[in-house]
Amino acid sequence: MSAIDTPEQESWFHRNQQRIAPWLFLAPGLLFFMVYVILPLFQSFNLSLYEWDGLGAAEYVGFRNYEDLYWEWVDRDAFYVSLKNNLIWLILYLAAIPAGLFIALFLNQTVWGIRLYKSLFFFPFVISQVVVGLVFTWFYDPTFGLLNEFLGFFGLGPLNVLGDERFVTYGIIFAGLWPQTAYCMILYLTGLNAVDPEQIEAGRLDGAKGGRMLWHIILPQLRPATFIAFVVTIIGALRSFDLISIMTQGGPFGSSRVLAYYMFEVALSEYGFRMGYGAAIAVVLFLIMLCFIAYFLWSMYREEKGH
Amino acid sequence: MHSIFKRTAAALVASVAIAVPASAELSGELRIFLDTSNPAPRATMEAMIERFQQQHPDLEIETTVIDREAYKTQIRNFLTADTPDVANWYAANRMKPYVEAGLFEDVSDLWAEPEIAENLASTKGAMTLDGKQWGVPYTYYQWGVYYRKDIFDELGLSEPTTWEEELANCQKIVDSGRTCYTIGTRNYWTAGGWFDYLNMRTNGFDFHNQLANGEVSWEDDRVKQTFANWKQLIDMGAFPDDHTARSWQESLPLMVRGDAAAILMGNFAVAPLREAGLTDDQLDFYQFVAINPDVELAEDAPTDTFHIPANASNKEAAREFLRFVVSADEQTEINNGSNLGQLPVNAQSSVDDDKFLQQGFEMLSSNSPGGVAQFWDRDAPAEMAKVSMEGFQEFMVKPDNADRILAKLERARGRIYDN
Repeated sequence: MSAIDTPEQESWFHRNQQRIAPWLFLAPGLLFFMVYVILPLFQSFNLSLYEWDGLGAAEYVGFRNYEDLYWEWVDRDAFYVSLKNNLIWLILYLAAIPAGLFIALFLNQTVWGIRLYKSLFFFPFVISQVVVGLVFTWFYDPTFGLLNEFLGFFGLGPLNVLGDERFVTYGIIFAGLWPQTAYCMILYLTGLNAVDPEQIEAGRLDGAKGGRMLWHIILPQLRPATFIAFVVTIIGALRSFDLISIMTQGGPFGSSRVLAYYMFEVALSEYGFRMGYGAAIAVVLFLIMLCFIAYFLWSMYREEKGH
Repeated sequence: MHSIFKRTAAALVASVAIAVPASAELSGELRIFLDTSNPAPRATMEAMIERFQQQHPDLEIETTVIDREAYKTQIRNFLTADTPDVANWYAANRMKPYVEAGLFEDVSDLWAEPEIAENLASTKGAMTLDGKQWGVPYTYYQWGVYYRKDIFDELGLSEPTTWEEELANCQKIVDSGRTCYTIGTRNYWTAGGWFDYLNMRTNGFDFHNQLANGEVSWEDDRVKQTFANWKQLIDMGAFPDDHTARSWQESLPLMVRGDAAAILMGNFAVAPLREAGLTDDQLDFYQFVAINPDVELAEDAPTDTFHIPANASNKEAAREFLRFVVSADEQTEINNGSNLGQLPVNAQSSVDDDKFLQQGFEMLSSNSPGGVAQFWDRDAPAEMAKVSMEGFQEFMVKPDNADRILAKLERARGRIYDN
């Protein structure tokens, strides 16, 4: 570090430019990340230790909110139901990935009007979740819904999908899969554009066809697309809220709640005045997300290192 | 009727006499926030404010109408920051969080004025918390059974008054291939209305109030009796099967089509039923039957209210506006059939000629000796209301789970009321 050989005294900034520059470029992003993500995170955790109705004075209650959550878990109450539904969402929502891949493969051809077909398949992702929710609510309606008309055709039903606690979560997930599949499809379609034709050619020469071609040649090249599809689907499943809010409002008797909706209900809805309790649920939801975030970051890090 | 009109005229003179001296000096800005976002109530409110404006030309009135559902969450924000001078809300426990947080102005002084004290006495209880009044009512409406008279005639039924008659009627209706009562429990409160009536009729108004205030166990035998009565109806098929999938509006077509004979609902159900094509010959009203002959009849009559936020800036004008809203002639006007179509809160006002309003008024003023409740989700604390109404809905689907559901509500009671 000593500057014996340098006659001219360089400024500190000049000397450290290389090291400072990346931080300077990162600064705006870091600042916003701190203010809008990290800080609220701690605030949220702090709030979860209080009992507060959003209006009066907050009362410190330690971990009582978490204790209540634990008892709700033990009693198979709302929290248990929400957590269980979140798990069902996580697992079933992943069906959007293979479904999207399948449609993308199907649409990845050049025939007349393919652009129109592609847009039609992408359509559900463009329209608002509110509309999707409404359309499926009517579709499931026990008296005039298309589903029951259809079932009636075979002498089955009527099936009260959104009013029966056994089917309601699956009904909503199915509605959610419609736009989510479109999203995965578009990811795969762009991915398919980037598939190297020479590798396919080489595969053909070696006699690969159909499933083997897909599995060994195409899918490995679609890895980045699969990764992104996986990420957005997991996040979509965990923050599923709008469909539940529109289709059932968590009902019947709270059996279609997920954590995100339960949090809203407890803290911000018509009958909710428990900010601390809502914050405690948010913290639990965050911890679940953290597992996935950690996994994503780790696999991205590994990817980077591999190259 | 005659005497009411006479008294109205007298009150009109009196109110003008009082209003005139005050009106000269009102100036500045008056900001009013309303949740009356449906077209008809909205027009009513705007016309009423316009009349107030004419009395006070120097006042700059600014009215903001917010969507009814959104209002319920926004009120928490606008009472603390950027506060209006007048806001509407609901009576009883629903105003408690804001009263406790010191966000509503104490208007006991208004209630001390003879004009209000004498004419609004019947709703004073619903506006009182901690011995003080926190706002004024502007409208209320009765609850009860609205039924298809033509179906009753066809089956040779008459309006029941006892539980036995009720069950016998319902059995005949079920035998004719219909359901007795349509209901849409996707709005949890519809089940709350049923609970209100069954519990008030089984155990009386005072017990019902104690339960709402958390003073009685949910596993008390009296509560279980209420649910046992409810179960009788459920087991005989009185309610449609898929009520959980319907909102209250979506439950009305069953009655319009004649698949259901009646509905337990507030008077606001009349308008959509008429619009759907039912005539007044087909539609009629009766008071919910007595169950336990030892308890006095009590009714649900939810009251909608006006309040002055504590942070309001023009409280003088706001008070004058509140006096104006509850004045006898304004009450007659805004609650008449072409406006809100509900009941006026001022005893000097006249009730519209509409047959349902007349019957409701008659019932509430002469045949509700036990008392008048607001509604379950206004009388019980918000959190308890939420949990319990979910429980009621679950009970209507799985009546055999009553004990488990009541145990759950009892746990909730332990948590909710002790702080």
